[in-house]
Amino acid sequence: MPSPQFHSPDTVEQASALLAANPSARVLAGGTDLIVQLRSRRIAPSAIIDIKRIAGMCGIRAANGGFAIGAATPCTALKDDKALVAAWPGVVEAANLIGSVQVRNRATMAGNLCNASPAADSVPALVAAGATVLIAGPAGQREVAVEAVTSGPGKNTLAPGEFVVEIRLPARPKGGGDAYLRSIPRTEMDIAVVGAAAALVLDANDICTSARIAIGAVAPTVLLVEAAGAALVGSKLDEAALEKMAEAVRAAAKPIADKRGTVEYRIAMAGVLSRRVVEIARQRAENV
Amino acid sequence: MSKIMVSAQVNGDTQQFLCDPGASLLDALRDELGLTGSKEGCGSGDCGACTVVFDGQMVCSCLVLAAEAEGRTIATIEGVAEGSELHPVQRKFLEKGALQCGFCTPGFIVASKALLDHNPDPSESEVRYWLAGNLCRCTGYDKIVRAVLDAAAELRQERVSA
Amino acid sequence: MNAPQDKASFKPYRLVGTRPVRPDGVEKVTGKAIYGTDHVAAGMLHGAILRSPHPHARIRSIDTKKAEALTGVKAVVTGADFPNLASLEIALGESSGNIKTISRNCMAHDKVLYEGHALAAVAATSSVIAEEALALIEVDYEVLPHVLTVEQALAPGAPVLHDDMFTKGLDQTPTTPSNAALKFTMGRGDPDAAIAAAHTVVSGKFSALAVHQGYIEPHACVASYNADGQVQVWASSQGAFMIRTLCASILGLSQADIRVTPLEIGGGFGGKTKVYLEPVAILLSRKSGRPVRLAMSRADVFRASGPAPGVVADLTVGADADGTITGVVMEFKMLSGANPGNDTHSGAMSALAHYNVANCRVTGWDVLCNSAATAAYRAPGAPQTIFPVECCIDELAQKLGIDPIDIRLKNAARPGDIGIMGVPAGEIGYVECLEAAKAHPHYSAPLGPNQGRGIAGGTWGNYGGPSTATVNLSEDGSVLVTTGSPDIGGSRASMAIMAAETLEIDYDKVRVTIADTSSIGYSMLTGGSRTTFATGKAVIQACEEVIATLRARAAGMWNVDVSQTEWRGGAVHCLSGDKAGAELTMGAISAKAGFSGGPIAAEVALNAQGYLPGFGVHICDTEVDPETGHVSVIRYTAVQDVGTAIHPDYVEGQMQGGAAQGIGWALNEGYVFDKAGRVDNPGFLDYRMPVCSDLPMIDTVMVEKPNPAHPFGVKGAGEVPIVPPLGAVANAVSRAIGLRLYDLPLTPDRVYAVMQSRQ
Repeated sequence: MPSPQFHSPDTVEQASALLAANPSARVLAGGTDLIVQLRSRRIAPSAIIDIKRIAGMCGIRAANGGFAIGAATPCTALKDDKALVAAWPGVVEAANLIGSVQVRNRATMAGNLCNASPAADSVPALVAAGATVLIAGPAGQREVAVEAVTSGPGKNTLAPGEFVVEIRLPARPKGGGDAYLRSIPRTEMDIAVVGAAAALVLDANDICTSARIAIGAVAPTVLLVEAAGAALVGSKLDEAALEKMAEAVRAAAKPIADKRGTVEYRIAMAGVLSRRVVEIARQRAENV
Repeated sequence: MSKIMVSAQVNGDTQQFLCDPGASLLDALRDELGLTGSKEGCGSGDCGACTVVFDGQMVCSCLVLAAEAEGRTIATIEGVAEGSELHPVQRKFLEKGALQCGFCTPGFIVASKALLDHNPDPSESEVRYWLAGNLCRCTGYDKIVRAVLDAAAELRQERVSA
Repeated sequence: MNAPQDKASFKPYRLVGTRPVRPDGVEKVTGKAIYGTDHVAAGMLHGAILRSPHPHARIRSIDTKKAEALTGVKAVVTGADFPNLASLEIALGESSGNIKTISRNCMAHDKVLYEGHALAAVAATSSVIAEEALALIEVDYEVLPHVLTVEQALAPGAPVLHDDMFTKGLDQTPTTPSNAALKFTMGRGDPDAAIAAAHTVVSGKFSALAVHQGYIEPHACVASYNADGQVQVWASSQGAFMIRTLCASILGLSQADIRVTPLEIGGGFGGKTKVYLEPVAILLSRKSGRPVRLAMSRADVFRASGPAPGVVADLTVGADADGTITGVVMEFKMLSGANPGNDTHSGAMSALAHYNVANCRVTGWDVLCNSAATAAYRAPGAPQTIFPVECCIDELAQKLGIDPIDIRLKNAARPGDIGIMGVPAGEIGYVECLEAAKAHPHYSAPLGPNQGRGIAGGTWGNYGGPSTATVNLSEDGSVLVTTGSPDIGGSRASMAIMAAETLEIDYDKVRVTIADTSSIGYSMLTGGSRTTFATGKAVIQACEEVIATLRARAAGMWNVDVSQTEWRGGAVHCLSGDKAGAELTMGAISAKAGFSGGPIAAEVALNAQGYLPGFGVHICDTEVDPETGHVSVIRYTAVQDVGTAIHPDYVEGQMQGGAAQGIGWALNEGYVFDKAGRVDNPGFLDYRMPVCSDLPMIDTVMVEKPNPAHPFGVKGAGEVPIVPPLGAVANAVSRAIGLRLYDLPLTPDRVYAVMQSRQ
């Protein structure tokens, strides 16, 4: 069990080269998953690449009317950005449900995503919001949808030498609102038994023109439930539309039973939470 | 396995230490610098007994690699009192009986001070959620929350009189 | 509100009942206090323990050659290094244990009995090397089938953990070994006839999962073995003498050769009343010739220490129309883990101890399974057996239309009542607790939608036992109190208060030290809520002896008979003769002690008798999310007969902390195992103890009914408060959703499933 090498490169290119040269190397951003895995010996990387000293990795900037969030930006920093909170409150809330204040002062949404837990709290909110990530690698940079980054529990689709450098959120649409909720036995310090996020757009007549519903912890990856969104589009979010939406969510949920919950409970809660997040998102959309 | 030399500001002093690349900041504070006030209750960021302030933000020092501390500023429980003058949070913990075994206490005090530095007038609910990352098994939290609220009131009073 | 009631205002005490800052407080808020892993010995090595990945396996062989050859490794120890002990029951404070199973729990010999069972240990120059060496140890296991539930453990043909264990307590000792270690039955009258004739009968099948004590400090120690066979151990434990006794017995050492120094202890709750690491560290030190530190990881703590037993219980209660309980039949089975436990006996004794029941039969079974050998946990056994009783009484109250406190008052044990064991109750305070709960504003506060209020009572026997204390006067008259009782939550403060009250001096003139086992006489471990009672008695008596000495010295100096002196205000006063009215302070006498009879000191070693059980009543309000089953505790009040509260902050703290642990047990805590029989939640993330935001303020009402057998009336307060919450929470949730609940913990998915069953 040799100790890993520790690198803190100054540029994206250096980081990418180090990652490419060390196939078992891991990127260190907030470290709240990585260091736990390292110390419990679940992973034994040959090198740890700390990206926090690369310019642009920590911080939020306006980009294309929306936001570009550096990959090493801790979750609590999202709360301090008033424009981001106003535009995507559901995303900011989701990221700030992870762990504790201590954990959120380190943990990042990019890490939450790349760690590829099906229960990652920030991911359903990012998927619902239509977020993308900018990935850097030996072959240059590419931008993909958040939902394309993970492929199963603990598995992501990054190629050797690649890492996420930025999460991009679009501008908040006019009449848009988002929300995220999770079910946990405690009030804090927990892993989602089920998570649900909604991002809606309502027109001037309160008719839903766009809806993205994403659910977590009920499948190998976070799911974007297109049928659930479709059930809402064109409606005034009336009871029939909501029930159709929840039914689509329950149908899409394919959870396992484990120490955190039963299959039946998770399916039922996916329905309950999706209705609750749609309601919160609706209020936010109406309050534009 | 070669060790890494790290230089950091710890409680206001420049400190240099050697660390294994996989060692946590908590390991370095305890084993290299002899600052054993920060405790390891879990090693996974779930109990908060190792809470320190790292570049102005409170973190679990078990979830920071020692090597990351290069050039950073760290404040631990050992630096909370000014010499022999206890910080109001420390004093209120004593006056309110907010500790029993005392093992979680350093983490609670560092976290509570960080809260009051950031929010001088927290509600009970804000105190409870801020401290949710610090586990205490002895007290049921009641006297801890009261001590923090009392310390907040005293600090506000001090600011008014200052 | 926890309105501080200053006892001094209505009691004849100056200090008892006040809330001074604890003497060890500053060290604990500044990070200076030295706990288990903070102690460093010169030249210390770092140890690590190899633990079984299987819940049940025979060890065919262990090959440690590669580990021994690794640079930096100084010693490797396996079960073969331990003396092969014969089976022998030894007394251990309140309970007993078999020295062979205790030894083999520290280090397996031929079989591992649970995941996490230690089977080899290494000492090396760094913990990284020690861990590396563990990976080089080759173990050949024959994996055996495992059992983890009562049903599995008692099924015909079940794999048996100990092939030399035959059920005790049966009419005839069986000829084949089984996983049932003990059957224990107690009772009186004819409960079957009483139930058959009862106006109303309620019954239920209850269960609770095994839970961990959850102290935040993992077990840790340092041991140093010298070439002459003398050993020093520094340990975080509830009992330094317990460590001495067990290490001597396990390793065949003389007790006088083992000096155990108690370090500060980061929580115990009963879980640090056993040895796990100390004998192993001593052997590693003997082999390496250097001090060795051993510490558990959090996962080790969950897999290999604690827990409290899970339980299944069948209970039937019969009552008259007026709520008088006429008959009770209870049969419960405790899951004691890998070795016989102690909770079956104490659980059976506690189950009905707060009620006066004419006809009852309580049968307990101690059942073994392939999880860690259980340890005491705050009122061991009582929460598990009183939870079903309190739930059935609540249901009885509902069925009969009686107020839940009134039905308990109707049946409550009172002073003079003859208990099931035939002994009359002393000055117990259950009735006073029930009355205080009924009068509390919480009890009559209105409830909102989806909310329910639960009531439950509970009791614990408390304990006395052997303790030693010394009191030494400094030359300036300040006082040094020394005890052998580790301070697990403020007992230095209560010892200082009791000493200063007795001596009639200022609180901060008294300093308290917890001594090592070579510096103070034997003291039973800190447990059983005994320390303030028993060690307190020793401290008070030692102070009284010091006063007697001071009076004798002063009488000599004044040349009067000692009867012509009086102790008042921390000084001796002369009552007659030409020095009448003269006063000699402690400092004045002590400064000249070298010229009178020598230094002034007293030692008292006693076996404290006259302890009394404690009683509590808790009121819990919960709100249940009707769509998710999520339970929030929105208001909580704990009422308890504490005898006299010496330092009320720390008595309230015990009540609040015990209530919080009980709420955790009721709502979200519990061991979960995977299909391979491994603990699936060995960390604080998935073993869900309450966090700060999970709880409301916990209101406390201290009912103070003094114990006549203690100079200040102490009864013991630490354990009672974990007993009522299981029933109080379950009853609150039951009343909120209108359905009875029988299985703990009440996790959201379980509550949801019960609510769904209504449809």
